[in-house]
Amino acid sequence: MNDRVPKQEVVAARDVKVAFGAVKALDGATLVIQSGECVGLVGHNGAGKSTIVNVINGGLTPQEGAITYGGASADQGITAARASGVRCVFQELSLCPNLTIAENARVMLSDLKGAGWRRRGLALVTRQLAEIFPGHSIDCESVVEDLTIAERQMVEIAISFAAVDARPKLVILDEPTSSLDAGLAAQLMAYVRRFVETGGSVLLISHILGEILSTSDRIVVMKDGKVVADRPAVDFNTRRLVETMGSVVREQGWQRSARTKTGAPVLSVPPLPGASIRLEAFSGEIIGLAGLGGHGQTEALLDLYLAANGNWWPAAEPKMAFVAGDRGLNGTFSLWSILKNLSISSLKGLSNRSVIDTDREKKVSESWRKRIEIRTPDMHNPILSLSGGNQQKVLFARALATTAKIVLMDDPMRGVDVGTKQEVYEILRAEAASGRTFIWYSTEMDEIRLCDRVYVFRDGAIAAELVGDDITEAGVLAASFAGGEAA
Amino acid sequence: MRLSSSAVRLIIPAASLAVLLAAVFYMQPRAMSYTGLNLLFNLAVPIALATIAQMLIMSVNDLDLSMGAFVSFCACVAATFLQTSPAIGVLIFLGAIAVYAGIGVVIHLRQLPSIVVTLGMSFVWGGLAVLLLPSPGGAAPGWVRWLMTVKPPLVPMAIVASVIIAAVTHYVVMRSSFGVLIRGVGGNNRSVERAGWSVVGIRAAAYALAGLFAVLAGIALVGLTTAADANIALRYTLLSIAGVILGGGEFVGGRVSPIGAVIGALTLTLAGSFLSFMRISPDWQIGAQGAILIVVLALRLFLNRVEKREKNR
Repeated sequence: MNDRVPKQEVVAARDVKVAFGAVKALDGATLVIQSGECVGLVGHNGAGKSTIVNVINGGLTPQEGAITYGGASADQGITAARASGVRCVFQELSLCPNLTIAENARVMLSDLKGAGWRRRGLALVTRQLAEIFPGHSIDCESVVEDLTIAERQMVEIAISFAAVDARPKLVILDEPTSSLDAGLAAQLMAYVRRFVETGGSVLLISHILGEILSTSDRIVVMKDGKVVADRPAVDFNTRRLVETMGSVVREQGWQRSARTKTGAPVLSVPPLPGASIRLEAFSGEIIGLAGLGGHGQTEALLDLYLAANGNWWPAAEPKMAFVAGDRGLNGTFSLWSILKNLSISSLKGLSNRSVIDTDREKKVSESWRKRIEIRTPDMHNPILSLSGGNQQKVLFARALATTAKIVLMDDPMRGVDVGTKQEVYEILRAEAASGRTFIWYSTEMDEIRLCDRVYVFRDGAIAAELVGDDITEAGVLAASFAGGEAA
Repeated sequence: MRLSSSAVRLIIPAASLAVLLAAVFYMQPRAMSYTGLNLLFNLAVPIALATIAQMLIMSVNDLDLSMGAFVSFCACVAATFLQTSPAIGVLIFLGAIAVYAGIGVVIHLRQLPSIVVTLGMSFVWGGLAVLLLPSPGGAAPGWVRWLMTVKPPLVPMAIVASVIIAAVTHYVVMRSSFGVLIRGVGGNNRSVERAGWSVVGIRAAAYALAGLFAVLAGIALVGLTTAADANIALRYTLLSIAGVILGGGEFVGGRVSPIGAVIGALTLTLAGSFLSFMRISPDWQIGAQGAILIVVLALRLFLNRVEKREKNR
């Protein structure tokens, strides 16, 4: 480490305690961030990462402990945090979809004001986007709702790093790469390094440990609301990091079902015009949809779902269940209890003469709570009392509790911690063994490797089919990029 | 060239106004004159102002069910106090605008549904209006009367006023920073809050501005009718909501269009005249107006779908 530049304290949260009712979200955590460093923050879902981020950016006042910005200032709250140059890119996308990119910049950057702010905002975002993601194809004059999820995330990141009068001192990135494909993520990490080298600081939260290890100077590991480790990144490797977080790295001892395709496929979709591969699925298979983010995988899943279940009239016996990827948008009913969220898809089976049998509903949900380990004392609690990973488990349980033979999954593991993922993989495996078919769009290589068969998407159509041992990172990447200029 | 989504949003309202106008001119060629146009669109001015007020409330994801009662109340104040002692009249209006801002604050702080609060307020405004004018009466202040009946050269006042209203509100809502914040609250109020803005302040300002436009609607209405009545504008509640939707706005998400809202108000006014020209009995007119609304909205859905398909290609 070079010590030529005197490091300054940008923000410090010392001995912070936050409790929501009986739940201790933060139990005496300390996090100090200096200028010119990238701090990686890891921990399971529910370890208190989001809470400490909210404390630092002023959205949450801790019951105990002190927050100081720039070493001294006593002011607290969102305004004080922003005045001290703290910016935050949140895990869930937080742009206003109805506004243009320049207008969003106006909302997020309060010092972008005065005559001509539209023109200046546009120039600012355009410049920043080109700097972070060279070669991107975003039309900077468009309205945000016209952009894909990945593009929105890129815009949000660009606006957060943009400087109007003063450069941001600390940018908090909460799962910034969850919607970005590998190429874009690498560009972002390279930019983070450049930003840090010129004196800025970054707090990086990611479930992709490789990113954290390669980009951070220092890694802070949180567990149960406490900081359990705070050491230079060079002291860690993936294995030690996972051990410190408290979950054991399990061997990827996934035995691919060696079954040959027997009988008629349960699903068969003719290829799109211009492509030649049919999408087929057999009973008991786990099928992966791979490829770069936003190349038609989600649309393919939706087409499958609507073709089977109809848009207008519910099918008597649903053939397919859907696990949404964007929880907030089309997953959870945020005002309902966990129980209601879980049972909504299978109400027909739980009813007697159109009246819901509440005992049976309770029994079914209780059995799923045990089986999938939803961490809550009471299934009647509101769904939003759960951490993100547990909410996702409820969505899984909702799909698995139905009688549907085919389950479609739209990248549901985004931003879910390793331990939860392993638990869900186990259940997928058991369900597949009992004859269920899973069609799984994932942006993560580790998950794609778990599948029996993989279709790689490129430009909205299937570009390649990989089976068994051919499913490797190299194989998927080759199929994702091959002949890219032809588009 | 690709059209922006806000431009697409305006196509349907503009086209339906043009079609309706063409139909009216075809059936009644004499309407194609200075006086004819003025008569057709005269009553559109207060409706357009009320529609803009409703649009401001809708842009922060709320709905104002007291609009009609409030405009009636303002009309009663305009026909009584504003005429006899203008200073008190202006004070009452300022107080009413402050109450509107207060409603916005209460709705935000207590997380109340705006529909319930404004429904309650509609009885308050209605009661106050009856107290002011138990029976139809009062008189329009001279300057208001002059303003609403002035005859500018070439284009009738109704059209001039509509264009001015559309231009001013387009600037405020679509171009200014303040408008961006209001629509931002409608689109994603958490992100506005996280950026350090006071959402309660923005909502209060949006409500106050809506109150101002509703006051203007009441004054304009009295200028046209010369007298007021406690129930004079009750149907403005639904007309204003229909106008916003017809003009391309949406109930949630901060998607609004001031130009569209004014066009929507003009279309609604014209639909009434059109049905009269068709000799449809007044008993059926409300139903027929509803049918026109459904046709226009169906067209819009169709257009949205086409646009989406184009984009996916």
